[in-house]
Amino acid sequence: MPDLLIEIGCEEIPARMIEAAREEFGKRVTDLLQRERLTVQRAEAAIASFSTPRRLAVLARHVSSQQPNVEEQLIGPATKVAFKDGNPTPAAEAFARKAGIDIAKLEKITNPKGEYIAATVVRKGRSAAEILAEALPKELNALYWAKNMYWRAGKPERFVRPVRWIVALLDDESLPLEYAGVKAGNRSRGHRVLTSAPVTISGANEYVEELKASKVVADPAERLAQIRKALDAETRKVSGARWREDAELLNTVVNLTEFPGVILGSFDRAFLSLPEEVLVTVMRDHQKYFAVDDASGKLAPHFLAILNTDGDRDGMIRHGNERVLRARFNDAQFFWQADQKIPLMERVEMLRSVTFQKDLGSYWSKTERIRAAVSSLIEALVKREVSISKETADKAALLAKTDLTTELVKEFTELQGIVGGLYAKAQSHPEGVADAIYDHYRPESTEDPVPRSLEGAIVSLADKADSIAGMFALGLQPSGSKDPFALRRQANGIVRILAEHNLSLSLEQIFSVALEQYRVATELQGKLRDLKETYTAIAQFLRERLEFYLRDVRRFAYDVVNAVLSADANYVVDAIHRAEAVSAVRLTDDFIAISTAFKRIKNILRQAREGGKKWPDEFKTDHLLEPAEQALGARVTETRDRVLSLRKGRHYQETLNHIAQLRPVVDTFFDKVMVMAEDDKLRSNRLALLATMQRSFSEIADFSEIVTEKSAGS
Amino acid sequence: MSPPTFQELILKLQAFWADYGCVLQQPYDIEVGAGTMAPETFLRVLGPKPYRTAYLQPSRRPADGRYGENPNRLYKHLQLQVILKPPPNDVQELYLRSLQAIGIDLRKHDIKFEEDNWESPTLGAWGIGWQVMLDGLEITQFTYFQQCGGIDLDPISAELTYGLERLAAFLQDVDSIYDIVWTRGADGKTVTYGDVRLAEELQFSVYNFEFADVQKAWQHLQLYESECKALIDGYAAVKKKTAEEGAAVEEVRRYPALGAFDLCLKCSHLFNILDARGAISVTERVGVIARIRALAVGVAKAYLDQQQISFREAAA
Repeated sequence: MPDLLIEIGCEEIPARMIEAAREEFGKRVTDLLQRERLTVQRAEAAIASFSTPRRLAVLARHVSSQQPNVEEQLIGPATKVAFKDGNPTPAAEAFARKAGIDIAKLEKITNPKGEYIAATVVRKGRSAAEILAEALPKELNALYWAKNMYWRAGKPERFVRPVRWIVALLDDESLPLEYAGVKAGNRSRGHRVLTSAPVTISGANEYVEELKASKVVADPAERLAQIRKALDAETRKVSGARWREDAELLNTVVNLTEFPGVILGSFDRAFLSLPEEVLVTVMRDHQKYFAVDDASGKLAPHFLAILNTDGDRDGMIRHGNERVLRARFNDAQFFWQADQKIPLMERVEMLRSVTFQKDLGSYWSKTERIRAAVSSLIEALVKREVSISKETADKAALLAKTDLTTELVKEFTELQGIVGGLYAKAQSHPEGVADAIYDHYRPESTEDPVPRSLEGAIVSLADKADSIAGMFALGLQPSGSKDPFALRRQANGIVRILAEHNLSLSLEQIFSVALEQYRVATELQGKLRDLKETYTAIAQFLRERLEFYLRDVRRFAYDVVNAVLSADANYVVDAIHRAEAVSAVRLTDDFIAISTAFKRIKNILRQAREGGKKWPDEFKTDHLLEPAEQALGARVTETRDRVLSLRKGRHYQETLNHIAQLRPVVDTFFDKVMVMAEDDKLRSNRLALLATMQRSFSEIADFSEIVTEKSAGS
Repeated sequence: MSPPTFQELILKLQAFWADYGCVLQQPYDIEVGAGTMAPETFLRVLGPKPYRTAYLQPSRRPADGRYGENPNRLYKHLQLQVILKPPPNDVQELYLRSLQAIGIDLRKHDIKFEEDNWESPTLGAWGIGWQVMLDGLEITQFTYFQQCGGIDLDPISAELTYGLERLAAFLQDVDSIYDIVWTRGADGKTVTYGDVRLAEELQFSVYNFEFADVQKAWQHLQLYESECKALIDGYAAVKKKTAEEGAAVEEVRRYPALGAFDLCLKCSHLFNILDARGAISVTERVGVIARIRALAVGVAKAYLDQQQISFREAAA
């Protein structure tokens, strides 16, 4: 049982792509071995995959060296064609020849089409070497890359970066395969700088150790452990200090190194007068350094850089990194001071020359739209007696985008908003204004918090809704994986802000306010689509985001979400309350029964409609004939009033319980009463009764969406 | 060993690439925003003909000027640009050897190739590659060109762009570009980068941000553009003539596509000046970029077409 090793060596693969590619390559080799029947049992456990910036590799232990032989039955011509008077015809002879067996060994089989002759042959398994040499290049070629390139003349293949070597071994035997013009062998390469000669891999299972001897740690998990340990060790040089945990950055540096090391560097304490946000962004996003906190949890004048080499004996690397950071910080300081010369208020006009989107004009126009929208939304909230400062929100909206004209944001775009907030504070604007500006891009991810203040939340809503409305009006809505303006993220943000700030604004209200600003924008006339159609598209898009939020963030069951949103998908907070109510009662017997009844009602009404039957909006009590329908009619009338008042008070769970109590009368009704009666008057009145129930009791949730069969639940 | 002066650095890199067999070109003498825009890159990467060249290129970016006050930023900086068409298999190792040639002991430093893809919408060009990081400092842009002037490339060219001021500041361990030792005179006195260039940075910042006559710059732009366009259209007319009336191929070969490219470069620089002056409104901006792109694409097409004709002639 030999071990299989396949390693593809490239020029440096982008760090962000390595992890997924390693997993995919491992899976591809696993699947290939299974498909070709080259695995022994528990194959999964015996397959390991490796990666560094310059290589992807898979090691499969105990692979079969030979496919097993298989018996196969070949079906030939019909017996009556193959044999005439008991003697084989030329057709039978030809078949036997083709199958490679003696005529005497031909069998007869019967299938639904009749009797045929057949031959049982043994298909000989091929050798693993032969199969793998043929199949592995195809697997390499099929690897997915977010961005790939050509490099060879004639452009025969694309790969993430040029392929420079391939190692393919079954134990110590090289497999004769070739990909991208590179012939596989047993020669790999060690660390770019720390080793010079190629590394000969003496056997598949020696791969990891032999690479390590050449200063390459092939296993990313091992590199991660090594980095963490070195970060700890270096940090201990500063008493009481801790390095800032950063999963994303760790993942990046693991995939930027083959033989990682860590150095502790320092910077001038004077830079600590710059905002921490700026310092950390420079270190983390631009230099890929870890920030260090001192014993009191404050940012310390140190950093940790991850090296791709085995040490810094002369301190030259530390010195170089400190120099770079100093230059970066000097730049930031220079920008910070230069930017202060023009206050944010004076920058509003400068927004006229900053493009928001080529067809939607400048950030100045966007600012005007946001301000108008903020004003409308606040008016709506004030009517509902929500306490909010109009003045603060308007000032924040006016200044929100002005930091786009600052040097600091031009240099560190990821600090947009944050820089505006910091400048607003430095320029003595009220704290509420500064905070609202600081927060208004939030939430930027699922972990990112929503804006802290209500004013910040409203500016954020108006800004996001404006972007979504504008892009949809241009026909630039996201499709599939394409979402260049991150509209999904912004819509998710809107839903979260409404939910977490407990805002009673409806999505319809927010977006009609946003679209209204586009309607009155004369300079955009002719560029935009019909705004009614645009709203329909936006409503659908937002419904999907709300569905995502309820299901994937709030973890409501999918049928509860469907039921709730079928009733209404416009008020986020209300939808959450209704989903909570439905979740609380959905497993009770009465509720399950009533849900089943509503499905039945839905079907009956649908079939009646399809059958051309008509019925009035309201049922007539005096047309109810049978006692069971009279009982139901009476209960429906009574329940309706009660439900109406309960629902108004948002006592959703109580409302649902009340509706569920209809169960016995509904059950009796369906037992005793034939809805589709011959008599027109009776039938249409019964249909009207059911329609009234459907209409009146589906406002919290469409019960027919609730999955009642046990097998269908999850 | 003392670190190289600025000019020694340039000479050493040039010597390295000359030894490798590159055509050592001189800087192109029209303003460009990057070495990529010089015809030795923009045009040479088109078509099938192998080529290797290295050249120094002053790159002017009016909006980046800082009146000589910022120690890390310049209106005009110097790039050393290398084009390897097609790239050799050991192109990365070759590049690392060029670093050794300027005195960098790789064993004592930390080198990383970090993803950085390059794209220029104005030139209809993009490529895949890295920024090369030396002890946390980006010293080189390394790109495999995939498309140029809107044309898919085959063969692919590798482009290496060394940022010389950064490299020199690193090697000489100075914090300000202006403190870089440009050279040492016969008397042993140093001449710094500031001595050579500070006044230029100041005055061109003043010119680009304050004095450049916006109206005239627009006029210049329109004039250059219309002549460039006329030349591009003229090429199509000449082609048609040779096809329909059997005029001599020589007519096509002597057609000044290169002249058209110079005009296109002028437009690009004027655009940059207008941009620095804040004279390009939002609505205009996209449109002007598209206009320049149309020129670059038009010239690239004509040039490539000429090359193919010459190539066929040579083969026949």
